[in-house]
Amino acid sequence: MSIDITQFHQTFFEESFEGLDIMESGLLDLDIGAVDNDTINAIFRAAHSIKGGSATFGFTNIATFTHAMETLLDEIRDGHRSVSTEIVEVLLQSVDCLRDMITAQRDEEEPDGERITQLQQALDGLLGKENEDSEDDSLGGSQNKHDDGAPREWDISFTPHPHLLKTGNDPALLFRELESLGTLTTEVDLTGLPPLSEMDPEECYLSWKLKLSGSGVSEENIKEVFEWVEDDCDLVIKEIAPATATEEKPPREIPSNKKPIAKSVSKKSLTPESSSIRVSIDKVDTLINMVGELVITQSMMGNLDGDFEDFDHARLEQLREGLSLLERNIRELQESVMRIRMLPISFIFSRFPRMVHDLSQQLGKQINFEMSGEQTELDKTVMEKIGDPLVHLVRNSIDHGIETPEIRKQAGKPEAGSVNLNAYHKGGNIVIEISDDGAGLNKDRILSKALEKGLIEEGCQLSDEKIFELLFQPGFSTAETVSDISGRGVGMDVVRRNIRGLGGNIDIASKEGQGTTFTIRLPLTLAILDGQLVRIGNETYIIPLISIVESLLIAPENVNSIASTSEVYKLREEYIPIIRTHGLFGTTSDAEDLEDGLLVVIEGDGQKVGLFVDELLGQQQVVIKSLETNYQRVAGISGATILGDGTVALILDVEGIIGMSRKPGNGRNQHLEKAVA
Amino acid sequence: MSSISDSTKLDIGNDARINSSQYLTFLLGGEEYGVDILRVQEIKGWDNVTQIPNTPDYIKGVINLRGAIVPIIDLRQRFNLENSSYGPTTVVIVLKVINHEKERTVGIVVDAVSDVYNIATDEMKPPPDFGGIDIEFVNGLATIEDKMVITLNIDELLNTASISEAETAAH
Repeated sequence: MSIDITQFHQTFFEESFEGLDIMESGLLDLDIGAVDNDTINAIFRAAHSIKGGSATFGFTNIATFTHAMETLLDEIRDGHRSVSTEIVEVLLQSVDCLRDMITAQRDEEEPDGERITQLQQALDGLLGKENEDSEDDSLGGSQNKHDDGAPREWDISFTPHPHLLKTGNDPALLFRELESLGTLTTEVDLTGLPPLSEMDPEECYLSWKLKLSGSGVSEENIKEVFEWVEDDCDLVIKEIAPATATEEKPPREIPSNKKPIAKSVSKKSLTPESSSIRVSIDKVDTLINMVGELVITQSMMGNLDGDFEDFDHARLEQLREGLSLLERNIRELQESVMRIRMLPISFIFSRFPRMVHDLSQQLGKQINFEMSGEQTELDKTVMEKIGDPLVHLVRNSIDHGIETPEIRKQAGKPEAGSVNLNAYHKGGNIVIEISDDGAGLNKDRILSKALEKGLIEEGCQLSDEKIFELLFQPGFSTAETVSDISGRGVGMDVVRRNIRGLGGNIDIASKEGQGTTFTIRLPLTLAILDGQLVRIGNETYIIPLISIVESLLIAPENVNSIASTSEVYKLREEYIPIIRTHGLFGTTSDAEDLEDGLLVVIEGDGQKVGLFVDELLGQQQVVIKSLETNYQRVAGISGATILGDGTVALILDVEGIIGMSRKPGNGRNQHLEKAVA
Repeated sequence: MSSISDSTKLDIGNDARINSSQYLTFLLGGEEYGVDILRVQEIKGWDNVTQIPNTPDYIKGVINLRGAIVPIIDLRQRFNLENSSYGPTTVVIVLKVINHEKERTVGIVVDAVSDVYNIATDEMKPPPDFGGIDIEFVNGLATIEDKMVITLNIDELLNTASISEAETAAH
């Protein structure tokens, strides 16, 4: 009977990635001085599972590589080796390499062979290296890992636990393997055998004393043979010929692990686009309860459907009550279902400690990195898309914000800079703050750079916010040197565009010399939008509330036209271009004169424009339905929704409209052009 | 709602099934057209439509079809026939269109729905080259009870033409 084992590959990959994450966070948490046993055990167990799983599926290269890591971890676990920064570094890099190998296996690609061999050598080197500390920990076993080919003799006492046979292991097979290492003599101990009547044929009552002698046989080799049964037996391995243990070990040349091992700098997005999601059982239970209540409400309303002669006022009241109950049920159901797609933000926060650790080493800065609010939940899709912008912002903080220890000391700050990542819910949004206590933003430098790039005019006065806004312009960077981390000026505008694309926005607050804080605000979910309904002509449109700055009655004296093709409205100190949406859309509007309509000032892409509408209808939450499912993308429209009366309303794409209005002759002011002509 | 004549005899003998397909025919501008019945999702009356900006005239807009947003195309305008007003007999046929392995739902406005016919594959004649409508979306011509039925390839009709034109119009 052969089971198609490939169906389990996906699960293996997912679990292995989780195991690697556990290893990584465990390694980062390791306090070099006082090793926490639980942490080491967790790291070891993760490596052990990955090794076992990969061996089962036949991924031998992964299994071999993990085996080396596991051996190292085992030594640390048993106390035979103490943890050093060097070991942690090599292990961290091995975790990276292993991650790549598993990804390559999953995507059926070739992993980077050279990197694998390099790290393998480093691991082997560490394993072979004599650790001075462990010489005092004599557990009666020789820790000699030298594979120098000298003949060695081992005394092995092997006592399997009674259930060993039930695990599918056969001592005879183990011995056969041992024989391949050298000459083996076995001596069986029959004292444990009960009389025949009491004997259970599936239990093992025997134990053995073995003698193995061979050249170059190390304890490692022997342990390897007993690997699968190591938890199900008592194994004592003693080396005979203790002469080797007291020999002076020649100092070994360790392949320098300080040499930067070729690390792929381009950190590919760590969150693979997985198509499955883990949901906690209580969320599912809540959902089931909600649906139950819905069924009850529905049957209650069904009861009201009697003879129509009986349909009197009382029935009407009951119907009304039923409807409002239904509305409540459905709203709760909707919220519960939305919550299923919500995952704690710790999923993306978890990659930061490692990144900060690597970056701080690379740049020679000391960073205290703190995260809070990891349990804050947000929608899975939002989370996948916010990962890269967050990485960029944290990198900026560390690269440009935090100063080197010397400068910090001079400024009277603690040598270690702190970078904080904080997430919390506020008012229907999720807020993520990235703050540092570094050098802050230098307003003068920003101004001069902007002048240089022609983004602003000489001598123009800008408020602090406006100055910080300049950072988001494409191509803008005040970094003195461009590193491969940041400084090329490609980042911030992409960051803001991505955040805007998720329906959120980003603000900067900074104090020179004290630090900078970036605040990102995102809606809790992508599919629902708070919208303002407006009427333009016969059609109802929806404007996302988050983009609306204000709405006002037009005072004609504030309307000015420029070159008789564009109109602007003077709002306090600003001039805002007026867009006649019906012109853009080719529809009609009730009023031609501006004074008969309203102006809705919206903001997008850093610009403010005023939309001319006929009437403001209510505000409501709408469910976004895509136009592209059955039709196609339409410029200026980001989606559609179904209103309470069953009709379809289009949702305006603010940035799209602003873009459309900029193109010449795009119907913006046809009426003016007609008047002129 | 719709006017389907009740004297319909469908010959669904074994041979008929193998070598023929069933077509739903409708009337448009005095002509009778047919579409593969397996593509017809439903037939409904004309309801109000939400217009979409900057689209060609024949794309009337979108409707809410039990929660889905479905575009409606007026075939009269699409075929450049003279416009007629929408009345109580105006019918919308909702079709399943396949575009690059993706299935979409599109509705077409027609004058009236006619009948369901079995048309054998060998009864279908290839279309001659007339200058009226594009040949790409005509599958063939068939004669049924002395009438000529023009069978349409709705994938071609509602995909390539409408999409590319609408795209150029929008830019």
